[in-house]
Amino acid sequence: MIKKFFFIISIFLLLFNSLSAVTYNSEPKIFVEELVQDATKTLSDKSLTIDQKNEIIEKIATENVDIKALGLYTLGSIRKKIDPNTLEKYQNLFEKYFLKTLTSRLSEYSSQKFEIIDSEQKSATYTIVKSKIAESIKSPEIKVDWRVYTKDPQKPLIRDLIVEGLSLARTQKEEFSSILISNNNDVNELLKKLEEFINK
Amino acid sequence: MIKSLKIKYDLCALSKLILYIANMNFKKIQIIFYAILINLTLICGASAESQTEKECFEKISRGIFKFNQGFDNVILEPVAKVYNRLPEPIRNGTGNFTSNIATLLSIPNHLLQGEMRLAGHATGSFLVNSTIGIFGLANPAAAMGLENQKEDLGQTLGTYGVDGGCYFVLPILGPTTVRDTFGMVIDNNFLDPFARVTWHEKEIKSMSGTKLDYVGVKAATAVDFRGENMTNFESLEKNSIDIYAATKSLYLQNRDSKITNSSSSSDEDWGELDK
Repeated sequence: MIKKFFFIISIFLLLFNSLSAVTYNSEPKIFVEELVQDATKTLSDKSLTIDQKNEIIEKIATENVDIKALGLYTLGSIRKKIDPNTLEKYQNLFEKYFLKTLTSRLSEYSSQKFEIIDSEQKSATYTIVKSKIAESIKSPEIKVDWRVYTKDPQKPLIRDLIVEGLSLARTQKEEFSSILISNNNDVNELLKKLEEFINK
Repeated sequence: MIKSLKIKYDLCALSKLILYIANMNFKKIQIIFYAILINLTLICGASAESQTEKECFEKISRGIFKFNQGFDNVILEPVAKVYNRLPEPIRNGTGNFTSNIATLLSIPNHLLQGEMRLAGHATGSFLVNSTIGIFGLANPAAAMGLENQKEDLGQTLGTYGVDGGCYFVLPILGPTTVRDTFGMVIDNNFLDPFARVTWHEKEIKSMSGTKLDYVGVKAATAVDFRGENMTNFESLEKNSIDIYAATKSLYLQNRDSKITNSSSSSDEDWGELDK
């Protein structure tokens, strides 16, 4: 009986370990470094198919990027005015949209050397980790800052990437804002555009 | 309130008209026009905070943006793709050469910003690269630790606190604001020694050039930039649901970041989300 019990526990633990998230260091600087190393390793792994790579990258992003907060930020102040069902639909579509653009963007920079330069704690909830992607034949050196949300010090989350001073979250927000303004702030038009992008 | 806003917008439109006239060849009246334009740009800039996000004429700008995309697809991108296949030393040489010429414009703007150290660095960089660097083809100044930060009058005015004014798109030249267009005209006519010698064909210390030299260097700068950012352009095109708005955002963030010498992301932007 005891043997059987331990056998079941072992199987459960084994399954749990294989399904649970890869945990990174909670120190923002090391967290970003480990995260990027993991992503780069995945993207440069020749034994994996593109779909497998995308699946792993999406998993890493889902667990380590604050996609929900990013979605709310990019929607702007209109998020306070829309009904909960529409907001939920938007959040779902935004996550799919974000993951699709992320995998496409990351694959373009996977072969370049990445280096953490410094980190700066801006407030109790934010730390900016400064890094650079080394110069290559294809492109010059690129400075990348990571806005890390540290409200839960044990589980840092990425909220924004600032490439050469340009915030990706802000660009996304202003892109969405333009669509909303040109459609009389009708969120459904934005949802339609997101759906079109996801399905193309 | 509405009336005063309308007057301010009319003044903005008037400033654009004056800018257009000033760009013509009426040399004697140019300075008077510029003086008026400075006043109008300041009024436009001060008339509404965060005006930079406002459009001057969005429909027209979107049309011009489409035209520019067509120009890019048909001419610039194919040329840049061929350029990217050239041996690395040729591409580096082109980049260094055009960058060295652009330093001539950075020097007076560093001075206008009171950045004496950077003005010294830029002057040193230009002298070293033009001589030891064989007419700017090599960049030994960088190895000597001389900084070469690009500056123009639009940025200088930005550091003085002049707001960008409304946003619009110029054919071929691309995204801009009232302030940056005004800066570009003044740079071209007065501050940029290279433009004075080539585009305006004025002899400076027995150096002379032609309009063709000016266009050639500007074209090489554009091709080098397009070639260097091939992946970024492709990514932007592939991942945007409104590429016009994304380009506008990137342009304005880039200008802000260059003016303030800091990133465009602030805690305030995110603060509200956590309340």
